[in-house]
Amino acid sequence: MRFMTFIKSDESMPYGPPPPSLFEAMGQYAMEGAVNGTLVEQGGLGSSEQGAIVSLADGSITTHDGPFTEAKELIGGYAVIEVRSKDEAIELARRLLQIHLDNWPGWEGSCEVRQLFVNPVDVPA
Amino acid sequence: MSEQSTPAGAANGAIEAVWRLESTRLIAALVRIVRDVGMAEDLAQDALVAALAQWPTDGIPNNPGAWLMTAAKRRAIDQFRQGERRDRSYIAIARDQAGEVIVPDFTSALDHVEDDVLRLMFVCCHPSLTTDAQTTLTLKLVGGLTTREIARSFLSTEATIAQRVVRAKRTLADARAALEEPDAAERRERLAAVLVVVYLLFNEGYSATTGDDWMRPALCDEAIRLGRILAALVPNDAEVHGLSALMELQASRLGARTGEDGEPVLLLDQDRSRWDPTHVRRGLAALDRAETLGADPGQYTLQAAIAACHARARSAEATDWVRIASLYEQLARISGSPVVEVNRAVALSMAYGPSAGLTLIDQLVDLPALRGYHLLPSVRGDLLDKLGRRDEARAEFERAAAMTKNSRERALLLERAARS
Repeated sequence: MRFMTFIKSDESMPYGPPPPSLFEAMGQYAMEGAVNGTLVEQGGLGSSEQGAIVSLADGSITTHDGPFTEAKELIGGYAVIEVRSKDEAIELARRLLQIHLDNWPGWEGSCEVRQLFVNPVDVPA
Repeated sequence: MSEQSTPAGAANGAIEAVWRLESTRLIAALVRIVRDVGMAEDLAQDALVAALAQWPTDGIPNNPGAWLMTAAKRRAIDQFRQGERRDRSYIAIARDQAGEVIVPDFTSALDHVEDDVLRLMFVCCHPSLTTDAQTTLTLKLVGGLTTREIARSFLSTEATIAQRVVRAKRTLADARAALEEPDAAERRERLAAVLVVVYLLFNEGYSATTGDDWMRPALCDEAIRLGRILAALVPNDAEVHGLSALMELQASRLGARTGEDGEPVLLLDQDRSRWDPTHVRRGLAALDRAETLGADPGQYTLQAAIAACHARARSAEATDWVRIASLYEQLARISGSPVVEVNRAVALSMAYGPSAGLTLIDQLVDLPALRGYHLLPSVRGDLLDKLGRRDEARAEFERAAAMTKNSRERALLLERAARS
């Protein structure tokens, strides 16, 4: 089963920049993901200031440049993982947050775990 | 939002998930420590039992891998002290360590994780084992599949698989496989053997000539995962990436290979919009790495390059058959396989017309190695049909139909015979 996981947090919160130890721990986490074959790909996202939202509402399409000040939680990074159960995906998300807890004092956020449909069998009837 | 939060205690599903993620490197590290596959697996199982006893109330520890490793190590030391298991591997360690039993701590185990997992793969694909034993052990110890899952994959019984595992472990112990330190040349050979096993597993799932159990396609995922692990462990080996590329590209067509009623759809008739773009992209990227790393492409890289020609073509008509024919020629040269020649004949017919293909096919019909290979009459029938030699074509399709074991394929061939 393939999942996409998003790490989300509140951009406006004053955690400061991620400490070097976080990068180190994330490197180790990625290495483990490579060696146990679960990590398909991952990436980090720029701040919302560098992005835009294009929306459709009331029949019209509008574009808003970032930052997205109204949004509570924003996606900061993602990973595509290949695992054999949702429980495995959840455990990997838990570890990701554990790394944040251990290395980035005060940081709060969440990791959203969503299944990606790849094969026809993945799509629920 | 209707969400259920999980309290501190861990559910069995969560523990199983941890086990799935950790069992490979746990067993791999234990094989390094105790130098015996059977004992390593027993110790890992003991650690799992300890986790199942403790985690439902205490919750999953922050670093579950380290917890399991500590539990397994403790158990290993206990067993040795009690003299429960004074078998060869322990004695070997005692001798290695000049009478002193030193079990490395988990910090060092973490440092060695790549070496450990690769060694475990080498041991599982040891030359003293039969092919069946190699694939079974690889699924069990590297893949972390249960005996039941393996039995379902191989359309076998749990008892048969369990027995095969026991016998394989004994063979490995007799061969002192886990004590070996292969040199560079041996490592290349061992790696080649691992690639063979991984591709066998993939094909077991991909071809599914019998049965339709869901576990069989899952074998493809498992083989691709093993390929991904190998790419992380041996990043500079071209064929490792070539094999990954081949499996990814073939897997991209899984959803398009069967029609609504489960009938096979041939590659050129497939709806290309149903090819999975992620698999294609990853396959092409892996092929790129393989071609960059190796001057002389190996068999997996060449096969992947052929698959890539199909993946890159927007339609069947747009396929670069001249390139495919030339790749098959290179492949035939290094593999010496007559089956490759059959495929080359198809490519030649597509590139230069049916008679070009038929010339080659006619050179193959009497080869003993191809006796019973149903695709030979099937391809010959197709080429004859295209040349308007209908009667000969019909006879070939009928011959092919009588040779295949797959009922759907047989129906397809008989249908072609009727139309010729």
